[in-house]
Amino acid sequence: MSTDVAHEEHHHGPPKGIGRWLFSTNHKDIGTMYLTFALTMLFVGGASAMYIRAELFMPGIQFMEPDFYNNMVTNHALIMVFAVVMPAAAGLANWMIPMMIGAPDMALPRLNNLSFWLLPAAAVMLILSTIVPFMPGTGTAVNTGWTLYPPLSIQAGMGMDFVIFTVHILGVSSILASINIVVTILNMRAPGMTLFKMPMFCWAWLFTGLLLIIIAPVLAGGVTMLLFDRHFGTSFFDAAGGGDPVLFQHLFWFFGHPEVYVLLLPSIGVIAMIIPTFSRKPLFGYKSLVGGMAVLFTLGLVAWAHHQYTVGMAAGPTTWFMIITILISIPVGLMLLNFMMTMWRGAMTFETPMLFAVSIVLMFSFAGVTGIMLAVVPADLEYHDSMFVVAHFHYALIPGALLGLFAAAFYWLPKWTGNMYDERLGKIFFWWNVIAFNLTFFPQHFYGLAGMPRRIVDYNPAFADLNMLSSIAAFAYGISHLLFLYIVIKTVKGGVKAGNKPWEGAQVGTTGLEWDLSSPPPFHSYATPPVVK
Amino acid sequence: MTTHDQYFVPEGSKWPIIASLGVLTLLAGVALAINHIQGATLMIILGFIIMGTLFFGWFGEVIGESKAGDYNSQVDASFRQGMMWFIGSEVFFFACFFGSYYYLRELTLPYLGGEGHLGKTHMLWENFKSTWPLLNLPDPAAGIKGQYSEAREAMAAWGIPALNTAILLSSGGTLTWAHWGLKKNNRRQLNIGLVLTVLLGVTFFLLQVKEYGHAYHEMNLTLHSGLYGSVFYLLTGFHGFHVVVGAIMLMAILGRTLKGHFSEHDHFGFEAVAWYWHFVDVVWLGLFIFVYWL
Ligand code: HEM
Ligand SMILES: [Cu+2]
Repeated sequence: MSTDVAHEEHHHGPPKGIGRWLFSTNHKDIGTMYLTFALTMLFVGGASAMYIRAELFMPGIQFMEPDFYNNMVTNHALIMVFAVVMPAAAGLANWMIPMMIGAPDMALPRLNNLSFWLLPAAAVMLILSTIVPFMPGTGTAVNTGWTLYPPLSIQAGMGMDFVIFTVHILGVSSILASINIVVTILNMRAPGMTLFKMPMFCWAWLFTGLLLIIIAPVLAGGVTMLLFDRHFGTSFFDAAGGGDPVLFQHLFWFFGHPEVYVLLLPSIGVIAMIIPTFSRKPLFGYKSLVGGMAVLFTLGLVAWAHHQYTVGMAAGPTTWFMIITILISIPVGLMLLNFMMTMWRGAMTFETPMLFAVSIVLMFSFAGVTGIMLAVVPADLEYHDSMFVVAHFHYALIPGALLGLFAAAFYWLPKWTGNMYDERLGKIFFWWNVIAFNLTFFPQHFYGLAGMPRRIVDYNPAFADLNMLSSIAAFAYGISHLLFLYIVIKTVKGGVKAGNKPWEGAQVGTTGLEWDLSSPPPFHSYATPPVVK
Repeated sequence: MTTHDQYFVPEGSKWPIIASLGVLTLLAGVALAINHIQGATLMIILGFIIMGTLFFGWFGEVIGESKAGDYNSQVDASFRQGMMWFIGSEVFFFACFFGSYYYLRELTLPYLGGEGHLGKTHMLWENFKSTWPLLNLPDPAAGIKGQYSEAREAMAAWGIPALNTAILLSSGGTLTWAHWGLKKNNRRQLNIGLVLTVLLGVTFFLLQVKEYGHAYHEMNLTLHSGLYGSVFYLLTGFHGFHVVVGAIMLMAILGRTLKGHFSEHDHFGFEAVAWYWHFVDVVWLGLFIFVYWL
């Protein structure tokens, strides 16, 4: 507590035993826990994806009833969004932001630990939501998809209440984590580390944190109203009592659309660190990238209803949402141009992080193109709720979020552990992962355009061949992540010593302090503030 | 308070993980209880016990550190900014409810009543007329989860609600007065101001309870009476919940000032609670204008 002895202890190594983790106030340890949790949940969420693809391997119903299939679709999305990408990004923020800006730790270290420990609680609730419907008399499974639209979500059984509370817990966790990160960035920078000297990763997280502070409470409010409609007799989403199910869609997507930027931006921040490093050139257009993110932030908050074109909104608002959505591709495109101009005439090398970064630029642009197709109202009336949308957002989210996280892991593992990862294995993982990913999701564009709907357990035999291809590739894609796990464990256990600055191009054009520290960095990075000149 | 030439990082703490267990027990208990599963009440009680212990323990620890002078100006700023952003997120929580209210009243109901661009929904219930406050429902018998029962009358603005507005606004005044006292190191003014604020807060709450009773028993305005009841109880209910939380925090602060905590320059705990209370005040003003009055 607050005795003088405690003060002495600050400057020693980590506490012994399991208490180090359970009671941690150390940003690196909490970051490690976040990352471990995310990697674990990647396999849980991946298992549900494997189930989905196994079910879709052939037309007809292979294993369980349709409700279970739809429950797996729901869980897959909720887990990947809330229990994999967001915690992993928060883990990176925890590890890197204090080191980059020269802070001793996060601004509110105990709160930081709370944000993390709420996640396992949420995971338990989510798992219960899947188990509960197997008990007699508890109603249907959570079969709504992650969007939880009423009236289906009002009619669903008891599992839905567990999902609602899962969303509440996750909301609190991400609000607290975001407050912490925003305050750390605004208040804990070392003397001389001005906002515009910060590494881009910090900027990306600043916008992410602000977004979450705005949108997470709205989702929490929306599912609260759902809970009331389910159990306390209110009629927010029931037209017979004067309510409107479409209202829930608005609330969900007011959260949901900015949420995709919450998933995207941290990874954009990561590749904005990686591309300059391996091009050995400063980032092209630092300020314009910050400006681009600011525009994305603003437009992203007023574009949500492009997910609801088919629900019958009036023409005026529909047009607004279409125009804003199309406008968003301008800052998105500019960001990608920033990256390409950084590479232009750089002395590029292609270590694993860079391979990921370049492939992200390429594949994510593709998602931008299908996004534009979906943004156009008359076209979307055809595409909506088809596998084409599924293809679009997997091209957006896997390169735009997940691969960025892998890139970050390869880029920073040497810093975190002091050991180099196995470059040969890293490259094998990259090629295996990216090829399998494309084989899985590229065909979905075709059978989506041809009319195969999403979230339905069975399909027209006409789509059988390409679905089989998707499924086979999906298993290859899923298994590739075991190689990632192996590489990580191997690196943690040992390897060639990395040195303080394993990448010669790191820190080109940024004042970030992370590479000045040893690898692995000391338990408390800084006892007194370093000075940035 | 020192400047931040030396960083402060707290020691490991057991409270966060206890909080997580508490939240899990409590919410799992609630999820079971609303589905009428036996034994769930016990879980809820256990959850509350854990959460209660937690608040005492955690805040006790922080207060101890604060009194020991561990916190430098940087920690103080972190706390302040953290609290600001927290209130910011609360703003959006209420914005969600106010926004929903606007949407339902200004868009959904007119559509259901056959007005405007999407008035074609009128074909569902041709005799339905859209009014606000909504006392006649489109189809009380056809609720997804059962029947609705229409309210007999709407809430009047100029009785207890107006009084409550006056009470809550004056409590904001007395709190500011107490703050002035604290800044002048006039402990008497501080304590009296706080006592008054707490009393006003409690009075507000009791009047609100009375009002709810009246609505339930005499006006048949319940959670089941369709959109009007839903909106009314959602907004005033969550506000009332915040009043209770705020009043409990004010009492805690009062307990501390009586023990002589806080100095003229160093009283973040006091200010955090004051900000929160003012926020609750402002929300009420919005409620009074848009839910009761207009
Ligand atoms: C140029 C930028 C983009 C445009 C114009 C765009 C447009 C759209 C549109 C119109 C839809 C709705 C399709 C429908 O349901 O009919 C959609 C769905 C989706 N987009 Fe994008 N998008 C863009 C970028 C992104 C990014 C960057 C991400 C995430 C990193 C993303 C993730 C998603 C997701 C997850 C969905 C589907 C959600 C669901 O229905 O479950 N999009 N996009
Ligand atoms: Cu969107």
